[in-house]
Amino acid sequence: MEDSMPKNNDSQTILRMEEIHKSFPGGVLANRGVNLEVSQGEIHCLLGENGAGKTVLMSVLYGLYKPEAGSIYYKNEKFDVHNPKDAIQNRIGMVHQHFMLVETLSVAENIILGQYKPWKVLNNLEPVIKMIRQMSKDYGLNVDPTSLVQDLSVGEQQRVEILKALYHGADLLILDEPTAVLTPQESEHLLDFLRQLADKGLTIVFITHKLEEVMQISDRVTILRDGKTIATVKTKETNPRELAKMMVGREVLMDLNKKEKQPGKMIFSVKNLSVKDERGLPAVRNFSFDVYEREVVGIAGVSGNGQSELALALAGLMDSEFDSIILNDILITKCDLTRLNQLGMAHIPEDRQKMGLILPFSVSENFIAETFNDRPFSKFGFLQFKTIKNYSQSLVKKFSIRVGDVDEEIAHLSGGNQQKVVVARELDRRPKFLLVNQPTRGIDIGATEFVRQQIIAERDGGAAILLISTDLEEIFALSDRILVMFEGQIMGEVSPNPDMIEQVGLLMAGKTIESAL
Amino acid sequence: MDLLPSILFLQSILAATWRMATPILYAAVGEVFSEKAGVINIGLEGVMLIGAFSAYSVAFESGSLWLGLLVGILAGILSGLIFAFFTITIKANQIVVGAAFNMIGLGITGFLYRSMYAVSPVPLGLKTFPSLEFPFLSSIPFFGEVLFKHNIMVYGTLLLVPVATFVLYKTAFGLSIRAVGEHPKAADTVGVNVLRMRYVSVMIGTALAAVGGAFLVLAYADQFVEGIVSGRGFIALAVVVFGRWKPWGAFWSSLLFGIFYALQLRIQTMPDVNIPYQFLQALPYLATLLVLVGFNKRRVQAPKTLGVPYK
Amino acid sequence: MDFVSIKKRLLKFSRSAWTPFAAIPIALGIGAILLLIAGYDPIQAYAAMWQGAFKDRTAITEVLIKATPLIFIGAGLAVAFRCSIWNIGAEGQFYAGAVAATAVGIYLGDLPRFLLVPLVLFAGASSGALWGMLAAFLKNRFGANEVVTTIMLNYIAIFITGWLVTGPMIETEGLFAQTAKISQNAWLWRFLPPTRLHTGFILALVLAIVLYIIIFKTSLGYTIRAVGINPDAARYAGINVKRKVLLAMAISGGAAGLGGAVEVAAISYRLYQLISPGYGFDGIAVSLLVNNNPLGVIFSGILFGALRSGAEVMQMNAKVPSVLVFLIQGLVVLSVVAFGVYSYVSKEKEE
Repeated sequence: MEDSMPKNNDSQTILRMEEIHKSFPGGVLANRGVNLEVSQGEIHCLLGENGAGKTVLMSVLYGLYKPEAGSIYYKNEKFDVHNPKDAIQNRIGMVHQHFMLVETLSVAENIILGQYKPWKVLNNLEPVIKMIRQMSKDYGLNVDPTSLVQDLSVGEQQRVEILKALYHGADLLILDEPTAVLTPQESEHLLDFLRQLADKGLTIVFITHKLEEVMQISDRVTILRDGKTIATVKTKETNPRELAKMMVGREVLMDLNKKEKQPGKMIFSVKNLSVKDERGLPAVRNFSFDVYEREVVGIAGVSGNGQSELALALAGLMDSEFDSIILNDILITKCDLTRLNQLGMAHIPEDRQKMGLILPFSVSENFIAETFNDRPFSKFGFLQFKTIKNYSQSLVKKFSIRVGDVDEEIAHLSGGNQQKVVVARELDRRPKFLLVNQPTRGIDIGATEFVRQQIIAERDGGAAILLISTDLEEIFALSDRILVMFEGQIMGEVSPNPDMIEQVGLLMAGKTIESAL
Repeated sequence: MDLLPSILFLQSILAATWRMATPILYAAVGEVFSEKAGVINIGLEGVMLIGAFSAYSVAFESGSLWLGLLVGILAGILSGLIFAFFTITIKANQIVVGAAFNMIGLGITGFLYRSMYAVSPVPLGLKTFPSLEFPFLSSIPFFGEVLFKHNIMVYGTLLLVPVATFVLYKTAFGLSIRAVGEHPKAADTVGVNVLRMRYVSVMIGTALAAVGGAFLVLAYADQFVEGIVSGRGFIALAVVVFGRWKPWGAFWSSLLFGIFYALQLRIQTMPDVNIPYQFLQALPYLATLLVLVGFNKRRVQAPKTLGVPYK
Repeated sequence: MDFVSIKKRLLKFSRSAWTPFAAIPIALGIGAILLLIAGYDPIQAYAAMWQGAFKDRTAITEVLIKATPLIFIGAGLAVAFRCSIWNIGAEGQFYAGAVAATAVGIYLGDLPRFLLVPLVLFAGASSGALWGMLAAFLKNRFGANEVVTTIMLNYIAIFITGWLVTGPMIETEGLFAQTAKISQNAWLWRFLPPTRLHTGFILALVLAIVLYIIIFKTSLGYTIRAVGINPDAARYAGINVKRKVLLAMAISGGAAGLGGAVEVAAISYRLYQLISPGYGFDGIAVSLLVNNNPLGVIFSGILFGALRSGAEVMQMNAKVPSVLVFLIQGLVVLSVVAFGVYSYVSKEKEE
């Protein structure tokens, strides 16, 4: 299969990675024989689904992971990389998906971090600051080097990350899903900028799972699937359909078989909800919407625009202010978690490891996370282990969760199976109102499909569903109506018609509905 | 009413304040380094004991206070190395290892002290560091007593605090320490060796804690007594929080505790004051508690990964 | 599949069970090196220690008597530690319990035995619980780190005790810094004369078993463990985290306070300044040693009781300072920690 990779040994090749193997504790094989060859000055996309091994491969190149096998050739020499320092010294830069910036330090401090001998006195950062100012001017990346990173927007932080890599003198720049946190318009801007950099001779490896981006920006593209290289092709000689097939491994992308349904009565309604974030700044402002029976309302938006706070507030996990909330015909005066649960709400939280699950607990202990105090799982305060086990086994079967024994620690399960446990637990409560936040983030394609089908089935069964997702494809695939969120406000409502994607993009960037249409 | 006794009273309190604050301050500034890098060491008390005992025994045997201090520091560094091995390399819970260190410090110093000195035929006192006399300055009324008649280790704090501030905020080394406690992975990705930074910070912390312990035998009392540190290591932990994880903050807050110590000792010796001495003894601890409570309301953030091992 | 899971479980059990056994020789070994350096004969010292702990029935019961407060404290701390509350304040909570028990035992001494004994124990437990809850309150309300506050509360409790036994509660003769004896009606039954073994030891065993059941078999224990592992997930599951913190500290402090009351009602019959020779701190190691399992605390409590009891004889017969046990205890904790992590790493490799 690896033969499909074109051998290219001319002097233009800047990087060649051969037969890279990397596995993780728990037996996850992230890379099992990956090959990659990148030419000088090109933009090379690394395309693959979540979990295909793209980030792991680049982390190996950047010295963050040690591969079990395989070799790397960089600038025509064998490249032994032990840590990021080796990578930086060899002029490799990486912009990580989760920014590697220290929030309490200034931009300039972040940029020079690790670049000097320990005893170097940094009494006067003025020259550095000047240099950064000059660089931001040259590249058109507007940032103030003296401000603290924690005061910057996500877009600005990304610029700092790129500046940092350029300051370190990168010849090869790796970007890991850089557009995930940007609006379509911001993304456009970034892609233009990267093209300029490539024209100046910089080599760029661009990790993504978005086909349009690949088509738009890359010279060549390498497709990874299940930790293996599928092919490397010239972008001009391929098309999105072919790429998708190679990426997913089958012809049809995803058929949810979603039928039009007539919404029923109103189940959930909120008027003028406002939430402050941890720092006391407004995160959600005057949010009002309704969700009806047999309906999925999608909340689209770039991450960090108040979605997390919205979900936590609605679930009763964060303080909020509002005029009224009605759930299942009952007027609620205080968002209290227990009360909401009693009234038929279920919540699939955004981060299963931080909130949805208790990792050192067993699978069955996790199944009863919300019902441990109720009969039949608990009688007179004593847990009924046999009942719990039987119940867990039935859920495992029903949701085809891959686990040997329900007494096994849930930490040993794959991300997709962990998420299935959360979904199974929440759906088994037969909720009237289901709050779902990022249901398929970081899980494999099979589990993604399964989870999405379950959500649709729940809708068809009559539930009212609020779906928060930063994945536009997911929003369009599942929603009956789409609300676009920007800086804590609803910018407008659109229908999930594929033609509307541009409008959604503009709304996500904070444009009003009038200017967007 | 005669004003003189109250002025003398104030003078004696203030003169003792700085001296009382000194051992706490050394330990606290050290702990600032450690915590800034993300490692909390509640074993300070044990490390101070180890520093105190090794400084005392070497100074006693060799007759050189400076040699004693040096060996005390080395013992502190060694303790730090072991603490770091368990908390950073093995990634054991920092609180657990700290608690073990307190037991070990108490046990090993008590054991060695009783083995070596409990039945000593010779007097055990050291000739401690003398108070310095500054021409003119020391003879200024009031201020001379309060500020200009201390020993060298007390004045050492005047060097310690600015140097610590400079290192933390004006060197690449300090920048790395601060980054490593806040976001170790970010530091890692730009080539900072996180584990090494944490090792070094922990060892700076224990070295300074040992200096604080050594102060107690070399410049305060003139000999070692079992459990001589008597909670100063724990108070240093509180001082770090109260001082907002900054050397100057630690300086001012340890002076505050110095006042309580001085007050407590002074009042105990006054025949006409009828407060049970135990209440006075409890004063610094009570003050720590109140200060911690009042202070935490303002929500100053500790280093983000404090107590969390890396990778 | 079933066979694999049984094997896994057996492996897991053997690992957690042998860890303390392996830790003790290591700690004793390092202690032996120190003994050699200091010019003692380690074999003679340890032999004296062993003799002191196990030579006859009286010695063994003395070990159990020493173990009693450690089991009370350790079992309580296991609950707090399972909830990730780092209660370093068992010493103070033990004092609080001893003070309240003494007060009841003296001032309500006329009450009949069947009333007074439970009342003394109740006073001790509730007073220890309150002292512990104070730290929990400060954590919940002001975010004050419990490690620091519980340590401060230790000192304060000890100083208050010091004041009481030299001031308001001093014995009528006023010769020593101690209170009068508590009423005979408050004494616990010593059921194996002529030894001092008392019903308090049985009570400690019962408490350890009860706390084990609570932690691992009830929904309350489930919530406490959930809070300890992941407070965010616990909140998501509808658990009131602050209330569990308060409860865990109440159980932990209550157990320590009960230990203090038993010490007064069964052994010392009165209160004095140093009623605890650091039981509260030993209790931390006792709990950690068995991975915060209240049932295991019975074992580790007896082990530490034997160490302490033996150390006193070692000091008398081999002239080795008994403070050595602090060192050995500390080393035991460190080696357990080291083992705990290494077995985890090797587990990862297996799979």
